[in-house]
Amino acid sequence: MLNEIAFLLCAALTLAGAVAAMTLRNLAHCALCAAGAFAGLAAIYLQLDAEFAGFAQLLVYVGAIAILILFTVLLTRGAEIQPGGPAASTSRGMGLGVGALVTACLIGAIMASPGLRGHAPQTVHAPVKRIGEQLMNQYVMPLEAIGLLLTAALLGAVIIALREPPKEPPAP
Amino acid sequence: MTTPLAHYLILAALLFGVGLAGALARRNAILVLVGLELMFNAANLNFIAFWRFGPRPEALTGLMFVLFSIAIGAAEAAIGLALVIAIYRHRRTAQVDRFDSLKG
Repeated sequence: MLNEIAFLLCAALTLAGAVAAMTLRNLAHCALCAAGAFAGLAAIYLQLDAEFAGFAQLLVYVGAIAILILFTVLLTRGAEIQPGGPAASTSRGMGLGVGALVTACLIGAIMASPGLRGHAPQTVHAPVKRIGEQLMNQYVMPLEAIGLLLTAALLGAVIIALREPPKEPPAP
Repeated sequence: MTTPLAHYLILAALLFGVGLAGALARRNAILVLVGLELMFNAANLNFIAFWRFGPRPEALTGLMFVLFSIAIGAAEAAIGLALVIAIYRHRRTAQVDRFDSLKG
């Protein structure tokens, strides 16, 4: 019962944050609401006995990505919506319709599956020591690949966002 | 008494729907990226929930997938926001319907 109440609170926080992030007009408010949604998801991961994933989510999404989004909002200050201007694109109706349709399909499929009513049998222990052992043995190649990918992505992001130097005058 | 698996899946489906509708309907490129991140997180929640309720949770498969997926999400957000900043520098706008240089 307590578990259910905790889940409902976290789910309400997550969904409210997500809906607010997608509907508010002020971009800075949107970024902060998205951070709230990410934090709610981290709490749900903790509830599901995935402590390491929960703290990783908190560090990466709330700590890094939400702040990155906030910085981008502040750097593109002039792009803010003029008061009275539309916040949604011209395809707003289509976007809402597609979103509602996909959600309805997914929920219908979940409701129709009989195997999903079961409860988790026992508490699962996923200690950090075991995660580290798995990362160093079974998943060592994916770990190396993801390290390379992150390095390349961060260097690429810096180069893309770098201010281009002014063109040199042609040599006489 | 724990929460049944279906509740987690329904939460993930709702989160995915909100993210999809926002990514398709908002004009600002930054919010389109936020919508993408919400969809990403919905998929991660499904992985964790199926791992927790699955037959062999001690294999840690879903947890590992989510850890790698979070790393990919971080890389995607960094590149996407760098692109938004680069485009803003050229066009002085971050509205997706104004990025129409390639429109025929």
